[in-house]
Amino acid sequence: MKSRSYHGQVIPINRDNVDTDLIIPKQYLKSIKKSGFGPYLFDSLRYKDTATLDSNDKREENLDFILNKQPFREGNILVSKTNFGCGSSREHAVWAIQNYGIDVVIAVSFADIFSRNSFKNGLLLISLDSQTIDKILKSSLSSSAYVLDVKLSEDRILLPDNKEIPFSISDSYKERIINDLDDIELTLKHKDQIKNYEDQMKLIKPWLFNNE
Amino acid sequence: MKETLYDKIWNDHYILDNDDKSSLIYIDRHLIHEVTSPQAFDGLDIKKREIWNKKSIMATTDHNVPTINRDQGIADPVSKIQIEALRDNCKKHNIELYDLDNLKQGIVHVIGPELGMTQPGMTIVCGDSHTSTHGALASLSFGIGTSDVEHVLATQCLNLTKEKNFNIEINGKLHPYITSKDLILYIIGSIGTSGGTGYTIEYTGTTISDLSIESRMTICNMTIEAGAKSGLMAFDEKTHGYLKDREFLPSTKHYDKALQYWETLKSDDDVEFDRKDIFDAGDIQPQVTWGTSPEMVASVDECIPSSESINNEEEYLDTLSYMGLKPKTEIKSIELDKVFIGSCTNSRIEDLRQAAEVVEGEKVSKQIKQAIIVPGSGLVKAQAEKEGLDKVFMNAGFEWRDPGCSMCLGMNDDFLQPYERCASTSNRNFQGRQGDKGRTHLVSPGMAAVAAIKGHFYNVKDFMNEK
Ligand code: SF4
Repeated sequence: MKSRSYHGQVIPINRDNVDTDLIIPKQYLKSIKKSGFGPYLFDSLRYKDTATLDSNDKREENLDFILNKQPFREGNILVSKTNFGCGSSREHAVWAIQNYGIDVVIAVSFADIFSRNSFKNGLLLISLDSQTIDKILKSSLSSSAYVLDVKLSEDRILLPDNKEIPFSISDSYKERIINDLDDIELTLKHKDQIKNYEDQMKLIKPWLFNNE
Repeated sequence: MKETLYDKIWNDHYILDNDDKSSLIYIDRHLIHEVTSPQAFDGLDIKKREIWNKKSIMATTDHNVPTINRDQGIADPVSKIQIEALRDNCKKHNIELYDLDNLKQGIVHVIGPELGMTQPGMTIVCGDSHTSTHGALASLSFGIGTSDVEHVLATQCLNLTKEKNFNIEINGKLHPYITSKDLILYIIGSIGTSGGTGYTIEYTGTTISDLSIESRMTICNMTIEAGAKSGLMAFDEKTHGYLKDREFLPSTKHYDKALQYWETLKSDDDVEFDRKDIFDAGDIQPQVTWGTSPEMVASVDECIPSSESINNEEEYLDTLSYMGLKPKTEIKSIELDKVFIGSCTNSRIEDLRQAAEVVEGEKVSKQIKQAIIVPGSGLVKAQAEKEGLDKVFMNAGFEWRDPGCSMCLGMNDDFLQPYERCASTSNRNFQGRQGDKGRTHLVSPGMAAVAAIKGHFYNVKDFMNEK
């Protein structure tokens, strides 16, 4: 296993229930690509007015929003609270986060489908207890720069004061991110078992296969 | 060992265990639409992979389609590209597509059950979180992202980790004009939007057995808003009655065998769930959400709760400022700009009948800028027209549209302008969901209809008594 670590500024999003509509509004889901969503991340909070995919002239930024402030603008570690990514199944939310340049999302908890989508795209999600999260949020909001070191292969995060926070993550998730695995290829290794299962089901539940 | 319904369907689709905690699970039915599939087909093409079982797939255009003037085609060039991508992909791979010119087109979660593509005991996936809807027919159904769509196209399987079992038992009788929408909003208000995270929820109890299948679908539909990917309900006589004569059901040759299997689709008596909550349906009044998360909900006769009810004061104030409301405001005093009756939560024939009963002989308030009814499918629309419901709505001043997701997510031309306030029968009141800076209040079809007539919220029960 190769080692992988992420070093960078925290972007504190101090709220619960950050939903997928907030992460990427629907008008941008009309794209049939996986890239180019970065400029629309947190669109309704980031800009004073909306745009569409084909009309995106320079828009006025909402300077109160954290992502429009320094040093957060260049951050790559997003930190938020509970139920992050709730709402729709749109994988565009994960693509937008990655397209923007964010490598890691740290929160108290994540919504199920969002977690799956992140896993599939190699976006690292880390859950920490709410006290630790509150501490990171507070410190990063009150200091001009707040940089974390996320050491994935060692399951720990290094805070600016050199304190360490351990986290737990499944081996498969870790392996996937580090080795950039192709899920479909892995599943297709079991092709014969899938076929066997199907053959069995054709006898037990024939209506699902040959409904004649 | 005793099993829950979820355990049974899981075991019936289990192929093998992976090295991590996940298992390879077979998928029987795959529903696709224009928004979450193009990148998946693209992925297949790039790797030169074949589709495993085309016959398991059904496609429709719904999220991004016009609900008016369809004969003029799709005006928005970006939307058009997306819809054409689905058309091309279906054509290329020989996949059944219910397109705009087809009477059977509609919202994917409405037409699946309606056509009998949704069958008990199936595993059903779709690149849309409200796939949970289909659980009302005792099928294990859940939303997936685009990478998973690609995975199912290529392998007919998913690597899944088994969820825990959560039983929500609801007993007692719902008051007249109180619907399953009120019930599920009430439950979400109680367990919270992450209350079901990590669980599959099975709904049981006398209230559920008394409900029609369409009403049950509304509950399973909004299960995702409680944080659970799937909601389930046991197969019973009502399920059987609903399924009869649907187009894609098992043929006569296989029907008895299928029925025999379906009849096993319930949790074993006295099986232990990991979590169990019990509700009394008699406690429930018409519900209205007042915030930007479905758990921010109150009864229509109440006021917006004070900040103590929410654990995060800042979020509470942000929410109210977004919604343009003050703490302690009476729900009934909230005035509306628009009314939307539709979405996969509440656009079936029973929903339209409920709304029509309220609307009959009334007029939409002058204060309401627009009130639209968007049937869930072409077949629902046709049935409603047969019953004369379209006339009831149009005479009152509602617009009668063609089927699609419409203002539920406002990807097409139906959306809220900034700061407009809408009574909506859909399922999400997130910031910007129905349009940038738009304000959404989730309600039942009857409550939305009353709001259209009064111009503000009003208890549908009282309205009908006074009528
Ligand atoms: S009606 Fe709304 S919730 Fe349902 S599938 Fe369409 S967009 Fe999703």
